[in-house]
Amino acid sequence: MSKPEQPAHGKSGYSRRAFLKGSGAAAAATALAGGPGLIAQEQKATTLVAGLTTVTLDVNGQPHKVQVEPRTTLLEALRYGLNLTGAKPISADGSSGGSTVFLDVKPVQASTVLAIECVGKPIQTVESLGGAKIDAVPAAFAHHDASQCGFCTPGFVMAVKAFLKKNPKATEAEIRSGLNGNLCRCGTYANIIPAVLDVVKGAGNG
Amino acid sequence: MAEYVWPDRANTSVLGTAHDKIDAPAKCTGAAKYSYDINPDKVLIARALGCPHAHCKIKSLDTSAAEKVPGVVVVRAIKKVGDEIQWQGDLLACVVGETEGAVAEGLAAIKADYDLLEVFVDAENLTAAESAKRANKAGGKVQLKNEPSGDDDKDFEEKELARLFKEAATVVEGRYGVHAITHMCLEPHGSTCEWNGGKLTAHLSTQNVSGTAGQFAGPLKLTADDVTVHCDYIGGGFGSKFAADHWDVLAAKLSKELGRPVKLMLDRDLELKNAGSRPSGYADVRVGADANGVLTVWDSHHWSSGGLGGGSVSQDVMPYVIVPPNFRRRVTNIKTNTSMARAWRAPNHPQGSAMSQTSIDDVAAKLGLDSYEVFLRNLVNVPKERAGVYEEEMKIGAKLMDWKAKWHKHGKGPAQGSIVTGLGMAIHTWQGGGHPSSCLIKIHPDGGVEAFLGSQDLGTGTRTVIAMVIAETFGLPVEAIKVNLGSSKFPASGPSGGSTTVGGVSESSRRTAEEVLDQLNKLVADKLKVSADALVAKKGRIADKNDASKSLSWKEACSLVGMTALEHKGKGAPGKTSKLSSSGVAGIQMAEVAVDRETGVVKMKKFVAVQDMGLVINRKTATSQINGALIMGIATALFEERIMDRKTGAFLNAEVADYRLPRLGDIGELVVEIYEPDSERARGVIGLGEPPMVSPGAAISNAVCNALGTRVPVLPITPKRVIDALKARTA
Repeated sequence: MSKPEQPAHGKSGYSRRAFLKGSGAAAAATALAGGPGLIAQEQKATTLVAGLTTVTLDVNGQPHKVQVEPRTTLLEALRYGLNLTGAKPISADGSSGGSTVFLDVKPVQASTVLAIECVGKPIQTVESLGGAKIDAVPAAFAHHDASQCGFCTPGFVMAVKAFLKKNPKATEAEIRSGLNGNLCRCGTYANIIPAVLDVVKGAGNG
Repeated sequence: MAEYVWPDRANTSVLGTAHDKIDAPAKCTGAAKYSYDINPDKVLIARALGCPHAHCKIKSLDTSAAEKVPGVVVVRAIKKVGDEIQWQGDLLACVVGETEGAVAEGLAAIKADYDLLEVFVDAENLTAAESAKRANKAGGKVQLKNEPSGDDDKDFEEKELARLFKEAATVVEGRYGVHAITHMCLEPHGSTCEWNGGKLTAHLSTQNVSGTAGQFAGPLKLTADDVTVHCDYIGGGFGSKFAADHWDVLAAKLSKELGRPVKLMLDRDLELKNAGSRPSGYADVRVGADANGVLTVWDSHHWSSGGLGGGSVSQDVMPYVIVPPNFRRRVTNIKTNTSMARAWRAPNHPQGSAMSQTSIDDVAAKLGLDSYEVFLRNLVNVPKERAGVYEEEMKIGAKLMDWKAKWHKHGKGPAQGSIVTGLGMAIHTWQGGGHPSSCLIKIHPDGGVEAFLGSQDLGTGTRTVIAMVIAETFGLPVEAIKVNLGSSKFPASGPSGGSTTVGGVSESSRRTAEEVLDQLNKLVADKLKVSADALVAKKGRIADKNDASKSLSWKEACSLVGMTALEHKGKGAPGKTSKLSSSGVAGIQMAEVAVDRETGVVKMKKFVAVQDMGLVINRKTATSQINGALIMGIATALFEERIMDRKTGAFLNAEVADYRLPRLGDIGELVVEIYEPDSERARGVIGLGEPPMVSPGAAISNAVCNALGTRVPVLPITPKRVIDALKARTA
């Protein structure tokens, strides 16, 4: 999945195993987004953490304590920390769409987001669509046989879910142009199109 | 003994219907657990380091710094100093650690030095391969109707071929080919291994559940009974996952040493570099035909590379399906610094098709004939037993494509701006059949039914097919049958390859179900005081067919089995005498494309597949599998190839972002028609995975040629290759 990383034992004196941990997610997010200046500004509100630390992630409506390193991706935290293995490690850079989950209601590739960035934000995974009453999107996928090996399917289901939120009345042409961020190797695209159209027609498109 | 047959169409309630896959909800909600998803307590993560060079000797390999990385548990060299590496990405070492981050840091801390050696990867360039001493003659065949006049007629072969070409109304010469592709399984090769009291459980991503336990056992100095291979779900295989690979055995060894479960899955780039590719194939073809376009003589030389082993595309697929009475074919193998090829859906056939059914279309183009007519007339050159099926399928396909209305001569269609459209077709064949398979069925006293097979479901719906067959036999709903696959502890079934799984498991599950039903019927007959021979299982009841008042519900019948389940193990008996399965299919495909002459971009407009497969069990999953093959075929025709750097031997596009595959918007309209007249249905189950994968390359290439009036010789037909072909024509 991930490429071997170069250890970053630079002049700054901390490695990628160490990271700035703020009072909350905001500090961490700022540290990530900003350059050294921003980090300096936030210094008072932050502590330097290294190695494993316990954070609480809000996953599928429940708080979960999980041990992460600063460099742990959300995908690794979900899969190993919480055993939620629906999101799949297909490409580290997110180009397969296989690790699509919702972070703060928006679709992200869990392989490209650090777990500590996600503290305090709701995370929704494909597992939330299962259970006794299956969500309309996976139900339509099942009915239209829109999975073969199924390894890409959870990511695709989440991508469709996000797409339909934005395009609840999507036409076939819009479906064909709007769902190209996910890769399927077995060739289920022709079955996904009618599955999505079915959800558009049905009432269960929430 | 009962005769094992399928019920006829009028007497089926389940067979041939369109049924949802029984495991689809689990797959669509993330509940399905693949080998990559198995997380036993205290599991360690292992990853491998690939060699950056395609051909080198290892000068030094230092893992000491990696061992000191916090979170790294162990570092294991796979290769040693002095070893020769023959392809980029071959595994050098493995790091086991607590987290992905620790393992990545460990891998980066391994230091190695190499002596570089000469590299050869350009399989397309026959001259270069010959001068690099990488080319080896690999046989061929000559078949000529006339015989030499005597022993002294030494030049007969050349003279006869020259005469045949001279007599031909038209002769076409061409270069055709298809570059190597990889399997790109979205779940990479690998396993999660755990030990319990000296016994290994390997959660292996495999197409061969029953055959891989022994492959772990040998190198671990165990016997296969001490190994359980488990795989409920596999994230793609396509022919590349038949074996326990050396890195799987390593995971098992490390797990034993460390006393903790170990998960070793290949990274994406190492997956593409190590875990399977389909050989390229390039051919120089000369073909002669009569004025109607019927082939009279063929002469070809093809060369290709299956990697380091040098195995190439089999000579048997040249020419492909349409074989004129006189032909000569020659083959050259080329050794390249790439990993060994593995079986890829319909081994040899897609390349054979792309290298020969293109030349038939070029004959049509040269004679100014309709390609459909030329293919139709050339059915005199296909095996007699399939000719009628091809003809019927072509008629159906032409109607679905509206071929006649859309047809124009090659390169003579109307242009809309820079856009031209075209039609192309190809025909294919595959043997298929049924592999050896055993099945255990348990009928519980409370009416529950479960089946156990050491088979695997690649996503094609094997579980569902088995449930449908048993449900049909017992007269129960499909949902009443629980199917257990994916463990080497279950009765053995063959590997899923060559379109043999559905044939195999439907044989074994039908026969076993009939046999256990006979046993149950004996108990029911005693209870009802009727003849067991008169009993039929239908609509949830077992009833006397002569007196419907004498019947028991399924549950009542099962209560007669006593305190423990009625168990029976049976096996399939595929072969010439079986009425349940058979082998050998036809199949035709027609493509319509739009090509932009300015940009070289090819777009799929419509793609029609008409496919026979004997008796259809699940219409829904059968249709999906053909859809999938068409899309994979579009990939090989227009998008995907393994791009190798000629100078360094580096695999340049070994990541998802760089290895171009079609996305949802690239497929156009797909039309699938299953051809299942009574005559084909009566042949029993044949298998479907491979055949529809064969024709897309040639069909799409022919459609592009029809649009442009120029052949783009080598697949995939990328925009640059379209532009190059158009430039070459102008030049």
